[in-house]
Amino acid sequence: MAIVKTERHPELAPPVSQTGVIGWVRENLFSSWLNSVLTVVSIYVIWQAASGIVSWAFINANFIGETKADCTGSGACWVFIKARFGQNMYGFYPEPERWRVNLGYILGAVGLFLVLSDYVKSKKWPGIFLFVIYPVLCYFLFYGGFGLEVIETSQWGGLFLTLVLASVSIFVALPLGVLLALGRRSEMPVIRMLCVGFIELVRAVPLISVLFMASVMLPLFLPEGQNFDKLVRALVGMSLFSAAYMAEVVRGGLQAIPKGQMEAANSLGLGYWKSMGLIILPQALKISIPSIVNTFIGLFKDTTLVLIIGLLDLLSIVKGGTTDKNWLGLATEGYVFVAAVFWVFCFSMSRYSIWLENKLHTGHKR
Amino acid sequence: MSEAAMNNTDSNSAIQLIGMHKWYGDFHVLRDINLTVERGERIVVCGPSGSGKSTMIRCINRLEEHQQGQIIVDGIELTNDVKKIDEIRREVGMVFQHFNLFPHLTVLENCTLAPIWVRKIPKAEAEATAMKFLERVKIPEQALKYPGQLSGGQQQRVAIARSLCMNPRIMLFDEPTSALDPEMISEVLDTMISLAEEGMTMIVVTHEMGFAKTVADRVIFMDQGEIIEQAPPQEFFDNPQSERTKLFLSQILHNA
Repeated sequence: MAIVKTERHPELAPPVSQTGVIGWVRENLFSSWLNSVLTVVSIYVIWQAASGIVSWAFINANFIGETKADCTGSGACWVFIKARFGQNMYGFYPEPERWRVNLGYILGAVGLFLVLSDYVKSKKWPGIFLFVIYPVLCYFLFYGGFGLEVIETSQWGGLFLTLVLASVSIFVALPLGVLLALGRRSEMPVIRMLCVGFIELVRAVPLISVLFMASVMLPLFLPEGQNFDKLVRALVGMSLFSAAYMAEVVRGGLQAIPKGQMEAANSLGLGYWKSMGLIILPQALKISIPSIVNTFIGLFKDTTLVLIIGLLDLLSIVKGGTTDKNWLGLATEGYVFVAAVFWVFCFSMSRYSIWLENKLHTGHKR
Repeated sequence: MSEAAMNNTDSNSAIQLIGMHKWYGDFHVLRDINLTVERGERIVVCGPSGSGKSTMIRCINRLEEHQQGQIIVDGIELTNDVKKIDEIRREVGMVFQHFNLFPHLTVLENCTLAPIWVRKIPKAEAEATAMKFLERVKIPEQALKYPGQLSGGQQQRVAIARSLCMNPRIMLFDEPTSALDPEMISEVLDTMISLAEEGMTMIVVTHEMGFAKTVADRVIFMDQGEIIEQAPPQEFFDNPQSERTKLFLSQILHNA
C-alpha cells in the first residue's frame, strides 16, 4: 500500500538557542571550556594592547604647542607632526601656491566620486573628465603654465608626491596591463613574444633596480645635455613595473572566462575588440578585482622606494624631519603618522573593492 | 536522394558544404563533407559522440576553421577574410549546449547587445525587438533578471531569443537540450518547433529523435567524421540503409 503525505508541514521559527545575542555568544565564544579560556585570554590581551595605545596616542599625548618644549606628556607628542604638517603634505611646494595642489585634490575627489559611486548612472562624462581632462589639467595646475608660476618637480614632496606617484602609476598600469595580458594571449606570435618578453623581464627584476636604472643608467644612454625629469623617470619606471604585474593579474581573470563566452559573442557577429570590451573584459576584470586592488595597494606602498633615488615622498620627508635637531627623539610619532596615512588610503581601497565586488555580483543574486 | 542532388551548387541554397575536410593537428575529424541545405529546410544531425556533428556546424559560422573544401553560406564563401566571416555570422544564429549567456548582463541586455553594437540599431528599437522575441519564447517577465537567476530551460530560451534578435536567416543548434534537466527539455523543443513552423532554415544537432520525426525535412547521420546517411525522417527511422545507422538507432531508440 502506498504511503501518501497529504498535508504540508507548517513552517516553524528556528529554535531560540540558535538566535539572538545570547545564542550567538554561547555558540561562538563559550561553546566549550577551551573556547571560554581562549575568549577570556584574548579579551585580556586586546584590552592591554588597546589601553596602552590609547593612553600613548591620546590620553597622555600633547596636541597643543609650537616647539619641542611643549612636549611635556609621557605619551606621543603630535606637536611635531602639526608643526611640520605643511612640509609633510606638500614638500617644498611654495606655500602661496599650495592652493593649486588643494584644487587638484578637490577636483580629483569629485571626479573619483562621480566615477566610482553609485549615485551617478551615466559614467560617460565623469569618465571623460577623470581620465582625459583631469590629467592634463593637473599637469598645468601642479607644474605650471598658462600664467601659473612653474614649480619644478624637485620641489614636490610629501603626501602630494606620494599621491602623484601612486595615481599616475595606477592610471597607466591598469590599461597597459590589460593590453599586455591580451597581447600575451594573442594568436599573433610577434605580439605574443614581445608581451611575454616584457612581462617576464620586468617581473624578474626588483623595483629598486628598475628605479635605479631609470634614474642613474638612463641618463648615460641619452645624448649629452638631454635629460628628462627625475620624477618623470620614476613614474615611467613604476608604471611599467606595475603594468607587468597587472598583466599577469588580468591574464588570470581572462583565463577564468569560459571559451563559450567568446564563441557566443563571435557567433552574434561581434568582432575581437567588441567581444573583448563588452563581454570578456568586464567579466575578467570583475573576478580580478581583489587581485587588482591588491596590486594597487602594493604599488601605493612601493612608492616609498623612490626615496632611494632622492625623491621626497611622505615617508622620506617625515624621516628627514625626525633628524631635525630641534625635534630629535620623535621618530616614533613620525612613523606612526606615516603608517596611519598609508593605512587610511590602503584600507579605503580595500573597502571600495569589497563594495564593488558585491555590487557587480550577478551570479546567484536572488 | 542522389549524390548529385545533394551537391547541387545552386547559389540559392542557404548553406553548401563542398568536399570539406578538417583536421585537429594530425587527427582527421571531418572527411569530405558534402551537404546542401535549401532555404527553409530543417535538418537534424545525429550520430554517436565524437562523430564530428558539432564540429561540422561550428565550421559553418567559423567557430572552427576548415582546411580544405568550400563552405558557402547565403552565397558568401567562407575564407580568412574577416569581413566575410562577420557578414556570415550576422546572418547565422547559433544556440549552444551550455547556453553561453553573458552572465554580467541582464536578459534584456543579452538580447540587445549585438543588435546595438553590430547592427547599430537604436537602443529603444532594439529593446522593443528583444521584448517581442522574449515574449515569443514566453519569458518577457524575466527581462530584467540576470541569467544566473533563471532555470536551465529559461536560459536556453533566452539564448534562442538572443540569436533571433539579430534577425538571422539561418539558425544552428548545437545540442540545445543536452545540458537540461528532463522536465525542461520540452519547453525548449516547443520553442524550436514553433520556429521551424515559421520557415526558419535550421540545422539541429540533437539526440531528440522525437523532434527529428516531427520537424525535420531531412535527417543526417554522421559517424567518425563522415556523413554516412541522409534521408527524410520517415525513411531514416523506418528503413535505415547502412549498418552503422541501424546500430546507432537501435542503441538510442532502445534507451528512449
